[in-house]
Order: sequence, then structure tokens, then C-alpha cells
Amino acid sequence: MSLPVRDFYRSMADRVGQTLAERGLDDKILIQVGSATCEHAAGSQTVEEEFARHIRASGRKDIVIHRTGCTGRCSREPIVGIHVPGLIPVKYERVNRDLVHRIFTEHIQNSTPVVKHILDHDGETLPEREFLFCEGARCQRSGPSLRDRFSALLEARGIEPHRVRVGAASCFGACGISGGEPATFVLARPEKVLYRLSSDEDLVALVEGHVLAGQVVERLKAKEEPIALEFLERYGDVSFFNRQSRIALRNAGVVDPESLDEYIGCDGFKALTDVLARRDPEWVINELTKARLRGRGGGGFTTGAKWALARKQADTTRFIICNGDEGDPGAFMDRSMLESDPFNIVEGMIIGGFSIGAQKGFFYIRAEYPLAIKRIQHAIDVCRANGLLGQNIMGSGFDFDMEIRLGAGAFVCGEETALIRSIEGERGQPKVRPPYPTDRGLWGHPTCINNVETFANISAILRYSGDWYARIGTEKSGGTKVFALAGKVKHTGLVEVPLGTTLSRVVNDIGGGVSGGKKLKAIQTGGPAGGFIPAAMQDMEVDFEPLQKAGSIMGSGGMIVLSEDDCMVDIAKFYMAFSQEESCGKCTPCREGTTRILEILERITQGKGEPEDLDKLHRLSRLCQRTSLCGLGRAAPNPVLSSLKHFREEFLAHIHDKHCPAKKCVALIRYEINAEKCIGCTICARNCPVECITGARKEAHVIDQEACVKCGNCFDVCKFAAIDRV
Amino acid sequence: MSECCHCQTDNWEDLERGYRTMLPEDVLAFIDANREKEHSESMLIATLHMVQGHFGHLGPGHLEAVAQLMQVPLAKVTGVATFYHYFRLQPRGKYLINVCLGTACYVKGAEKVAQKLTEELGIRFGETSKDGIFSLESTRCVGTCGLAPVVMIGDEVHGPLTPNQVPNLLETYLARAAEDLVGASTPEQK
Ligand SMILES: Cc1cc2nc3c(=O)[nH]c(=O)nc-3n(C[C@H](O)[C@H](O)[C@H](O)COP(=O)(O)O)c2cc1C
Ligand code: FES
Repeated sequence: MSLPVRDFYRSMADRVGQTLAERGLDDKILIQVGSATCEHAAGSQTVEEEFARHIRASGRKDIVIHRTGCTGRCSREPIVGIHVPGLIPVKYERVNRDLVHRIFTEHIQNSTPVVKHILDHDGETLPEREFLFCEGARCQRSGPSLRDRFSALLEARGIEPHRVRVGAASCFGACGISGGEPATFVLARPEKVLYRLSSDEDLVALVEGHVLAGQVVERLKAKEEPIALEFLERYGDVSFFNRQSRIALRNAGVVDPESLDEYIGCDGFKALTDVLARRDPEWVINELTKARLRGRGGGGFTTGAKWALARKQADTTRFIICNGDEGDPGAFMDRSMLESDPFNIVEGMIIGGFSIGAQKGFFYIRAEYPLAIKRIQHAIDVCRANGLLGQNIMGSGFDFDMEIRLGAGAFVCGEETALIRSIEGERGQPKVRPPYPTDRGLWGHPTCINNVETFANISAILRYSGDWYARIGTEKSGGTKVFALAGKVKHTGLVEVPLGTTLSRVVNDIGGGVSGGKKLKAIQTGGPAGGFIPAAMQDMEVDFEPLQKAGSIMGSGGMIVLSEDDCMVDIAKFYMAFSQEESCGKCTPCREGTTRILEILERITQGKGEPEDLDKLHRLSRLCQRTSLCGLGRAAPNPVLSSLKHFREEFLAHIHDKHCPAKKCVALIRYEINAEKCIGCTICARNCPVECITGARKEAHVIDQEACVKCGNCFDVCKFAAIDRV
Repeated sequence: MSECCHCQTDNWEDLERGYRTMLPEDVLAFIDANREKEHSESMLIATLHMVQGHFGHLGPGHLEAVAQLMQVPLAKVTGVATFYHYFRLQPRGKYLINVCLGTACYVKGAEKVAQKLTEELGIRFGETSKDGIFSLESTRCVGTCGLAPVVMIGDEVHGPLTPNQVPNLLETYLARAAEDLVGASTPEQK
């Protein structure tokens, strides 16, 4: 019997294969330009236009622009990739008009890359080849030692390291796909061949065959097709990327987010085909349970269990919702996934809809993300036009459709019951749970709400199995987590690592440590509902339980790096001000509690704190935690409690000594001019907004402390370090 | 059910005609298309988004027209419009400047940029400049934290910004506004 769903997929995949072949991108020179909010802000649209102009002027038909989503390397945008067939892809950072011209004339037309502007590259030349050895980060294989022996072999044959580079990637996630013996995997670029090595003989064969004879060693080719291969082929040389394990973000920066064909070309909708062909929701739920996938929206509830709960309800009118409200200020992974790989989220949601028996899905996306809304709407329309949404999906008889509902700037609407109210067109005020939405949600019907990133993992789990996913994470939670790394860190951006990775690895190894050579003070996770992990605890593993034990939470993935220049009382106040403003006002403990806590914190930062304030803070926080209606109020005191726990001495310094150790709290600092260093250049006086600095030219100046508003302008503009902040 | 929702007064037709003149065509079409659908009242927020998209803010007349045409109590429409930060009840300038005061921007010195903006524009947060060109507001994270500190003007995100770059940035928008003005008064252009 022929299965209509599989036939549907096959004919769709054939058609796509043909279209992609006709485009013939593999034989052309590709100019890859990122297109997402950050890229646009950095000027990628101008860059794209400029390249288009150059291509037109050159009259060459073998050069095309390929638009992709965002790779998550925000601080170096706009990033442009140049792919010449047969050569390792090159990526340029911070590209502007002038650089476009140089890249086009020197690199594309003259084959001499503009080495100085290559992303994270030092060295004068580019290697012809590169071998990326998996470090066996998860399986503790012999990767590193094999790699060293491989380098030694190359050296013995007189092959210089700048011609053939030997690098490392943390883990391809390849072992265990086919269940065979663990081995060391090696990715050879630019051929994009994955080898599976186990002995020194294999190494010799690789050098003689692949490197010297220039031929792929068929015998050693891995049968496994690891998930992020395409990503690593493009970005594997950059340590920011090759130390990550990309699953949810596998297509970000690889596919054109507006091309269904390209998504299908990356095995898109294979998982859905499987699900619909099997017609077995229990199988899906089982795999998710085996995968130990936990919700990525913050709560960490097991996704398999949530779907099973919704599924067993008697009421058969059911809904599934994707929570794209991303309220944590300082987090942007959901936006990036919606913008860069929208079809993947849509596929995850259709699978969810089928598994819980829903007829309709809703995307709830915040209005502040116009591009994400546009891309998702486009993905929905295209899927509907191609029989992937709507009536009788892929010929399976399953009917399911979805629509977008916009948020309108209320943090509390990320909370599931408030979100439901908002979709219903009401004020977004939470309700008491139980009943949980899986019992009675949208319009009183069973409703399943999941985070964007949760959905982004679904298709991968079903394609590679739950066991495979579970092996990547920890004992309690499977898989990876995406973090939005920001704040005082050198490389800001999106980092996807296996759960159980240490904080230090994320911040120091991948993020490059604190910017400006400052000392790390703390790492904030979980946003306004989370807390601070002091620098001394940076070797902690990132997972739901350890973070909670340390007084923070995993949250949705915001990770803010704080340096010695940041005042913990001030940051705690910042979060409290946020929660106070966002409190919906429905319940008293949260509405009043956050207001009073904020008042006390304000007093302390103004130098008016009293010794009993710490006790008061503690008591109020506890009260707010225990008695608030929803998660907002219950979690709002977390930043305060956690800063009190780890940085009590900073509070004490503010209260007893009226001193801000980080010199951040305006009321507790003073600016003074060091008469010995001041040469009387007058720049400070000219920049003072209240004209409180006096002094003649070439003579030491003085600040009138009474009039000074402590804006710090003088401190910033002084070229002789003559102004002290005390 | 729809019978009872259309509680009608004697002069409803006159009233309806009046309310319809207050909203643009696309909003009217949207309301009409949803009227017969199940849970049509849930489209209230989407409708308000459209109205604000058209007028730049939600005036009292707009709220009343939406309430009447969607057959939702005005109290509820007002309640929703005031609950969500995204909705603005006051008219705003040509360019809306949104200073991000999210965490990433805050720790990277957004306050100084904000300070500079208030000085340069001579207005406080929530106000519009006298020439009607700029309105100043703050927001909590526009999702480009990697570029912190950022400022969003209209749909465009700018970052990382230092206070010193602020005057130039405003200058470019002023120039753009002036250009639009010239463009608008040239007869051959629409
Ligand atoms: C105040 C508050 C804000 C929240 N904001 C979000 C959010 O922005 N995005 C999100 O996915 N979940 C958010 N949540 C969690 C949701 O209530 C819900 O647990 C989650 O969307 C479930 O999805 P998951 O199981 O896939 O994690 C928030 C919760 C609270 C209490
Ligand atoms: S905190 Fe400003 S963009 Fe995210």
C-alpha cells in the first residue's frame, strides 16, 4: 500500500531538488549576506545593495547573492560570507561600502582575500584545507591526542600548518546516531566530508589520500550525517561557532528564511512526514520523553509530559500556542529563531498540533519584533499554499491551521494564563492555576503553550531520536540551550551549548571573557525572574537545578555578563524597577511588594539606607514570593535575594559607609580634579553641562561640588586621567 | 448568537455611518471580515494595532468607533488600550525615538545616551518636540542586545551608540524630515 504522506513528501522533495539544481548554487560564487534585525541595524541592506551593484556592473552571471538569517555573532555584524566552489568559505566582519568594493575586486575577481578583515582570523594567509577534529567534549574520546598525532604526521611530511589547518570543534553530535562504536569524527573542509577515525592507520590514510593525493578516502567516510554539518562547513573555522553545538540554531545563517525550498533542502518537513505517516501521537510523545526535552521558556516542564496531559483531555477542541513574547529584557534568541529559521518553528508546531490533537495553532509574538512577525506570516502562507498547513495536510487527513496574534508590550503576557487572556482580546492579567491551560485554556479548551526554542528542537529530536538528544545533555535534561550572551562580554551573540556546559566555558571560551580587560563580577541568568551567579561560581554547570540551587534560574536564556564596574545594588534595583513597572496590578503582594522593595533599594543607592533595610528587604521579598498570584510576582524578588546572598557586603558598604564600591551610584560618588595631573586644557569645563568647573587655561581646574550633577562628562572627556571618581 | 450581539438602537444606521468615517478603509474591512467569525472580539488587540499603525496613536474617537463597530463595550476597549504599553493615547511626532532601557543596554550605558537625547531635544520622556518631528520614549529591549546600547528611531535600530553620536544621528533624521517636506510641496509628486 502506498502511503499518501510519504508520496507527498517524495514528490515535494523531488521538485525542490530540481529547483535547487536549476539554481546551481553549488557551482556559483555565493555572496552570503545576513538578513535579520541586528544585521539590518548594522547596515547589511546597504551592503547587499552594494554587492548587487557590483555584480551588475561586472556582468558576471556566476556570482549570486544568498540571503540568510542571523548566525548570532551580533557584535561583528554585518558579516558577509564568500563561497567560491572548491575553496574554504571566507567570512568578513563589519563590512561596509568600502569593504564591499575591496572584497569584490580583490577577493572575488582577483582571488586574493582581504585577509585583514576576515572574521576572527589572524595570520597572513588562508589555508587551502582544514580538518576539524571533534574534541569529544561529551564522550571523552581520544580526539585531542589523535589530532596532535595528525598534526605531527603533517609536519613530518613537510606540509606547512598555514596550508593545511588542523582545528577542533567541540562535538558534532555524530556518535550514537547510528549506534556504532564511538569514534573520533573529523570534518574536512572545503570538501564537506565527515570522516570517522579510530586508529593511527586511519590518520596515515587520511594524510596520504586526502591531503597528498587530493582524494576523498571513501573507506573512512562516516555514515552518520550529523545535524549541524552544513553550519560547521560554513562557520567551523571560527572558534565562537565551533565550540557550540547547534541544534535549535542549526539553520540560522545557513538557509534563506524566506525559502521553503532551502528549508526542505536541509531535510525540512522530514520529521513531520514521519509523524503523519506513522499516525501515532504516542510515538512522538514517547520520543520527546526519552529526549528529556524540557520547556525552554523558563519553567523547564517536561514537554512530553505536557503534550500527554493535553492529549488525554475529554474535550477534543484543543489549541497549541507558540510563546514568542520574549519578555526578558536582554534576551533575543527567540527573535533570532523566528527570523532566521521560521519554517522549523512552524514544523515543530504542526507536529505539536498533531500530537495533542489540536485543530488550530497560535503564534503569540511581541509587536516589537516586526521582522519576526513578517517572516512567520510568510512561512505560514507558503506552507498553506504548499499543502503543509490547512485541510488534509500532506494528504494525511489531518486538518490544522495557524495564525499570528500580536503582543502589545506587556511583560506579564509571557505568562501562560495572561497570554491566553491576551489572545482572547482582554487585558493580559494572569489567572490562578489550576486549572492549568492543558485542562482549560484558550476559550476554556485544553491548550498547550510552548516556547519558540522548545518547538525549534522538535523536528531534530524526531529525526535523530530521543535517545540521541538525551545523550547530548545532562541526566535530568536533554539537549542544548541557546543563550543570548550580552552585557560586558567581548563577543556578544547567540550561543547554543549542551546543557551541563560550564558557565565559564560560555562566557570565557566562547564569549571571549569580559570586555575591556575588566574583571568578571557576576553572570546574570533568567532576567528579572533570575539571579546572579558570582564569578567564584563560574565553573558551575548550566542546567535547571544547579542554577536554581545557586539562587538563580535558567529562565529563557538571557545571560548578562557583569564586570567590576557594575554595582550589584544598582542592577538589583534595575530589575526591581522593571518588575514593578510590569506588574499587572491584579494582586496586592506583587503590586505593593515590588513598589516597596524598589523604594528601599532606591533609598540605599541614594545613600539613605538604614541598617534594618536589609531585614526588611528580606521579609518583603519572601512575602512577595510566597503570596503573589503568578510567576511574575513570585519571581520578582529573585534578583534582590540573590544579590543579597552573594553580594551582601556591597549592600553594607552602601548603607554603613555610604560608599558604592563599583562607583556607579551617582549619589555616592564625587568627581575631583587631581591638580598634579591637570594641565588646564579646559576640555572638562567646556563639556560640563552645568558649568561648575572653573580654572584658567594651563592651570589646574576645580569642580564646584555643590553645583555638580555628577554626570561624569568630565571624567569621560579628560585625556590626562586627571579626574578621579571617588 | 450574532443576533443578540447586534443590539441595535433606532438610529444605529446613522451612528454606524458616522463611526465608519472615523476609521480607514483597511480597518473597516478587517472589522467587517471578522464580525461573523467565532471569537470575533478576540481581534480587538489586532484592530487597535491597525488603527495605531494608521494614525500613530489611539485617540478617544478612534476607541469609541472601534468599540461601536466591533460591538465591544467602550470600557473594555479603553481598558485594553491602557493596559498595553505599546498603545499610545497621545499623538506623536514624525519620528518616534525609542531608547532601549533593557538590561544589556542599561549595563552598557544607555542612561547616558538617554540623557543626551533629552538634552539635545529639550524634551522629556513621553513628550514630543515642538516642531512635531521627534517623540521620545523608552522601551525594554528591542532584541538587538548584541549591539547595546541601542536606540530605535521609527523602524530603524541604531547601535552601539555613544552620547557623542547623538547629535549627528538626530541631524540625519532632521534632514530627512526636511527632504520629505520639500518633496511633499513639489506639485508633480504625490
Ligand atoms: C512573568 C512571566 C513571563 C514569562 N515570559 C515568557 C516568555 O517571554 N516566553 C516564554 O516562552 N515563556 C515565558 N514564561 C513562561 C510561560 O508561562 C510558560 O511556562 C512557557 O511559555 C511554557 O513553554 P515551555 O514549556 O516550552 O517552556 C513567562 C512566565 C512568567 C511567569
Ligand atoms: S537590552 Fe537593549 S536591545 Fe536588548
